[in-house]
Amino acid sequence: MTGSLAALGMGLAVIGAGIGIGQVGAKAMEAIARQPEAVGDIRSNMILMAALVEGAALIAIVFSFLVR
Amino acid sequence: MKRYFSFIIIVFLSLSSQQLFGQQHNHDNHDGHDHSTHDHSTHDHGSHNSATKDAKAHADDGHHAPDCAHIESHEWIEGDEYDPAPTAFHHVGDANVYSIGPLQIPLPCMLYAKDTKKFDFFLSNKFGFKSIGHGDGKYAYNKYVLDGGTVKRIKDLSFPDGKVAINGIVHDHDTHKAYVCAEGKMWETHKKSTADFGIFGGDVDSNFFDFSITKNVMSMLIVFLLMAWMFFAIARAYRNRRGEAPRGLQGFIEPIFLFIQDEVCKPFLGDKYMRYQPFIMSLFFFILGLNLWGQVPFLGGSNVTGNLAFTAVLALFAFFVTTFSGNKHYWEHIFWMPGVPAWVKTILTPVELLGVFIKPITLALRLFANITAGHMVIIIFVSLIFMFGKLGGNPTAGYLTSIGSGLLSIFIMAIELLVAFIQAFVFAILTASYIGAAVEDHHHEGDHSHDVEEAH
Repeated sequence: MTGSLAALGMGLAVIGAGIGIGQVGAKAMEAIARQPEAVGDIRSNMILMAALVEGAALIAIVFSFLVR
Repeated sequence: MKRYFSFIIIVFLSLSSQQLFGQQHNHDNHDGHDHSTHDHSTHDHGSHNSATKDAKAHADDGHHAPDCAHIESHEWIEGDEYDPAPTAFHHVGDANVYSIGPLQIPLPCMLYAKDTKKFDFFLSNKFGFKSIGHGDGKYAYNKYVLDGGTVKRIKDLSFPDGKVAINGIVHDHDTHKAYVCAEGKMWETHKKSTADFGIFGGDVDSNFFDFSITKNVMSMLIVFLLMAWMFFAIARAYRNRRGEAPRGLQGFIEPIFLFIQDEVCKPFLGDKYMRYQPFIMSLFFFILGLNLWGQVPFLGGSNVTGNLAFTAVLALFAFFVTTFSGNKHYWEHIFWMPGVPAWVKTILTPVELLGVFIKPITLALRLFANITAGHMVIIIFVSLIFMFGKLGGNPTAGYLTSIGSGLLSIFIMAIELLVAFIQAFVFAILTASYIGAAVEDHHHEGDHSHDVEEAH
């Protein structure tokens, strides 16, 4: 079996980000269902939060490239 | 004119990003090989003994040591197995040729050799593109060769100047070195000219500077001209048809513009949003334009926003604007967070200070990773056709795969269209929120504790 440990780290980082973004999305859907008139605010905040969660995963992925 | 100023500055500095940080391109980057099992950094290429060769062949899973007897042809044509990794890296990378389908448009190469102190200016068709593909050139010109789309320079100064036919280019996949096969010899090349400290395969000790107008620079120029034409036309329409309903292009852009103004600028930048709106709008529309330009199939597939050098320059703008417009409260919150105990401050200050730099870094990485990932997924889906087509020497599986792979590619491209908008929006909204945090007035959460203290 070939491959590097970095790939494993990348996968772990993606799991974390996946859970995080899933939570953001789920709660945003709930919020929209409760208050459909606030859909605009909720959507842009949801994207902002998802982007911030993604940032942590991106740092992990880039480090896994560099520390290979 | 002042309103277009930030846009023009962004465009021109982005154009130079390719030269500042280099063409991110790694033709011979093979992931998945365990580099720790062998060390060939001191490998003597002149005299292979069979033991080294066997060990190397074993460790490389079939990849041969660089040897002019086995010149690598373009990865599309020959070989028992199809390896998608070089193709993927080749297609997301920058190139000195703009390929539209079978048409290969040469681009100007501007090269300065440090050893001979000579400046070379020529079109990249001097390298003689091969009939299929746009990777390797057939000729060396003034010691420069075209390797996987990018220019490299032969180290040995005894190599003849002018146009010299070469047999091919071979790579050492362990040391990431490229060798030119010509005149019965192997000539080592310098790494490509970048200042990326070797992260993307370039090196600062490279012996030449590459100021070429590459595929990415060309795409930026085209998108810049398109954007300039579009916005001047819209501005004229607003002047001439004052008070009337928007029409045509004006009607298409106005909702997008107002969406960014209402969702990004006004909520995050507060009352003085007009001061930063031109900057945010320039970022948004330039990124969106480049994202969409890279999405058009068979149009060179330029990957500008998926180039770390370019996104780093955009993030640098966001960093400088944030840092220089930061007011007293912003810096106070970074260096001495009000309303928390002193021992917490000792932890908080380094974290906040780190955050100042991590914010633009993630800004650059996010855009780069999202767009590159999208391009990669499409390339891998297309590569599936060739991988299955090579199975068992019968192309039938390839034909069958092409149907499913085509449909999947279209599906991913539809998602990428969405991502193009979302990433441009995310870049704009995050930049706006960073600037907004820097220029925010006195009301912030830290002040509540002040009030409590004063009440006591």
